[in-house]
Amino acid sequence: MSTSTKSHSEPAVYVYEAPVRIWHWTNALAIIVLCISGYLIGSPLPTMPGEASDNFLMGYIRFAHFAAAYIFIIGFLGRIYWAFVGNSHSRQIFLPPIFSGEFWDGVLHEALWYSFLTKEPRKYTGHNPMAVIFMHIMFVWGTVFMIFTGLALYGEGAGYDSWQYTYFSGWIIPLFGQSQDVHTFHHLMMWVLILFMIMHVYVAIREDIMSRQSLVSTMISGWRTFKDKRNIDDGH
Amino acid sequence: MAMVETFYDVMRRQGITRRSFLKFCGLTAAAMGLSPAYAGKIAHAMETKPRIPVLWLHGLECTCCSESFIRSAHPLAKDVILSMISLDYDDTIMAAAGHQAEAIIEETIEKYSGNYILACEGNPGLEQEHTGGMSCIIAGKPYTEQLRHAAKHAKAIISWGSCASWGCVQAASPNPTGATPIHKVPDLGNAPIIKVPGCPPIAEVMTAVITYILTFERLPSLDRQGRPKMFYSQRIHDKCYRRSHFDAGQFVEKWDDEAARKGYCLYKMGCKGPTTYNACSTIRWNGGLSFPIQAGHPCIGCSEDGFWDKGGFYNRLTSIHQFGVEENADEVGIAAATVVGGAVAVHAAVSALKRTQSKGDQE
Repeated sequence: MSTSTKSHSEPAVYVYEAPVRIWHWTNALAIIVLCISGYLIGSPLPTMPGEASDNFLMGYIRFAHFAAAYIFIIGFLGRIYWAFVGNSHSRQIFLPPIFSGEFWDGVLHEALWYSFLTKEPRKYTGHNPMAVIFMHIMFVWGTVFMIFTGLALYGEGAGYDSWQYTYFSGWIIPLFGQSQDVHTFHHLMMWVLILFMIMHVYVAIREDIMSRQSLVSTMISGWRTFKDKRNIDDGH
Repeated sequence: MAMVETFYDVMRRQGITRRSFLKFCGLTAAAMGLSPAYAGKIAHAMETKPRIPVLWLHGLECTCCSESFIRSAHPLAKDVILSMISLDYDDTIMAAAGHQAEAIIEETIEKYSGNYILACEGNPGLEQEHTGGMSCIIAGKPYTEQLRHAAKHAKAIISWGSCASWGCVQAASPNPTGATPIHKVPDLGNAPIIKVPGCPPIAEVMTAVITYILTFERLPSLDRQGRPKMFYSQRIHDKCYRRSHFDAGQFVEKWDDEAARKGYCLYKMGCKGPTTYNACSTIRWNGGLSFPIQAGHPCIGCSEDGFWDKGGFYNRLTSIHQFGVEENADEVGIAAATVVGGAVAVHAAVSALKRTQSKGDQE
């Protein structure tokens, strides 16, 4: 854990531990596979020629979806575990300090920075407050939603005796009305996650170029480096 | 009189041979997914147990459930199934009319209080309770009153069809009569409700549910939504004979194309098989002859809650009405992604411009 204080800044801080970094990239890959295969389940490719016994395209697409989904789920569970045992940065996206005035002041400042209304961004070792808000609402809860609805849909095929049906399908499907509604919301949330990805990638690259700390390389090496020697704005 | 006579007596009186009777018991056991040993149990039950009185009430409905029911294709269908239960009241097929007919309801409720089955076809329109409007008036009284009265003394309630189970077409938005499925009608007493959805339900499913109750003197095991597990635990898709074409990625792309002639999967034509819980793909219709998908038409999901308000029957993705115009999840998603993507591009351009400016200032 970083011990830097507001009185001085360090040239580099170890922010993202290895499990967080591995999770980030496998999760990114899983989400890409899930989005593509999921889209193709909703809108399948053109008809395959030949006998049914010679083809298994839809089967493979669905397999890719389910396999990636399990990686996504187990990765997320592992990530939650790491939020308990890892450094303070590993908890950040799960617990936005919504009762802290300083935090909301930071959100406001980021909003101004993104509206080109202030000249300089603040300097953060962890995520900036705006990022925490977006990651918490769109990504964390979006992920939870996809895992629950996804397992509910999987349970339909796995059958009444499966644990997926017992713990997910049984109550989630009536909650939404019927299976078709669960499909629709699962599909809509995919687009929410795609919107998140667009913004996430754009903002990460932009911040890397324009802000006062490293972004993209940090998620690879784990080390946050800074472009100036002034004070850090978050307490980490 | 009805209570003394057993089912078997009735069947024999109808001219059914013992051989046909045993065949019926065997087929019913198979339809309910029971082991062959149960055929004997069913036969025994039918030979010894008195008939259960059934009141069959009609609310807002189209009578397709009755039409389906009387076509039950077991060897003994129309005579026997109707005689098997003591169908004391069913205004569509009973001989009595007017006051005589209405008197039977009262008589049954009094005589067999707590012991008869209330079969509901259709649902009540509750809106009239608020507006004083008139709909579905039976013998001068709203159907809702008849339903409540009969329900409070019933042993169990069977919600026949999607009307009684979910609301169906008369409950479609904006639902002017306030058509409400049986389990959501307030002040209905405590009788357990079995939902047998479908528009109509499969004839053999209907008769098998009743046979099960007679044979075992208990209700079939129900899923969390109150449907008998033996018929509603799998989707049409899970047992569809065209499933291999789905897994292979072979789809009908438009009506009458080569794929349609070859009998490929109707998924892209909006088939609701993957989201519909029913037994059509196993029991089929008209005596096991065919079912919609076998006839080349996608499943419309008629046994699912809200199937009437989910956009076109021929669209794969559901229409989402909340956005004002009819759109599906992809249209909404692509629109949102375009807006956000465009905003990102503009934002990136402005960012680059600002950066060049500030660099210029520094120099």
